[in-house]
Amino acid sequence: MGCIEKLDYEVLIRHASFPEAAKYIRSNCAEAYEVRPGFKIFDKAMIGIPPVLIGIDGDTLTFPFTKPCHGTFLLRVEDAAEAARIRIVAKRVKPSH
Amino acid sequence: MNEPVPQKPETALILLGCPQVPVQTSIALWLCAALKKQGITCLVGGTPAARSLLEVADPDHHYLTNVGDLDAIIEEIADGKRDVDAVFVLIHNDAGVAYAATMAEISAGTTYALIFGDAAEERAQEIEGLGCRVIAVKGSHNPLPLKRKVQEVLSSWDA
Repeated sequence: MGCIEKLDYEVLIRHASFPEAAKYIRSNCAEAYEVRPGFKIFDKAMIGIPPVLIGIDGDTLTFPFTKPCHGTFLLRVEDAAEAARIRIVAKRVKPSH
Repeated sequence: MNEPVPQKPETALILLGCPQVPVQTSIALWLCAALKKQGITCLVGGTPAARSLLEVADPDHHYLTNVGDLDAIIEEIADGKRDVDAVFVLIHNDAGVAYAATMAEISAGTTYALIFGDAAEERAQEIEGLGCRVIAVKGSHNPLPLKRKVQEVLSSWDA
């Protein structure tokens, strides 16, 4: 998983579809942000079907992560700096403005 | 396809998916050869396993002139450090659809989604509206139907 593989992550859903991942984030995360594929999270370009959602609860991020042979995982990672950066650069869709 | 035929590319990227389905390695090597014949510079990106299947089949790199790591190539394109005129994404699973959608987003080149495998129709539906030119053929072992369809695209560049 590149640098993401080295993070202390929790797998919330294995073999998730992008609609399923987005539904989980919208339903379960306090904040949701919309990005395009290629958006950098933890310095890695996100693979995905647009729009890709990133959820944030406090300092914890929830996001889809795709590997060619293993499909898409919905991961949860705590990182205050990355959560703060996403809040600044990404489009917030929940709560709506 | 009602869209205008893209111009013949000068550079191309073949993006390999999971090598689980036999058609992939065969089509990738054939496509390398076909692009080379047309004078198109071709880069192949894939996981270590997918690359290894190609490199063992073409030990002297007659067709594989430039091979690289899938993640590294995507990072370079996302960072604007590299791009190509045409991207061929080999797809048989839903991860492949996500990779093709990503390439359509980050590359200025034309993205061709080459879909095969038993769920080709389902994958083709998933990729609709994501900015890719779709070439889909059901089947996992016989590369000839997909080869014929891709050849039509390559031939259209010279028309």
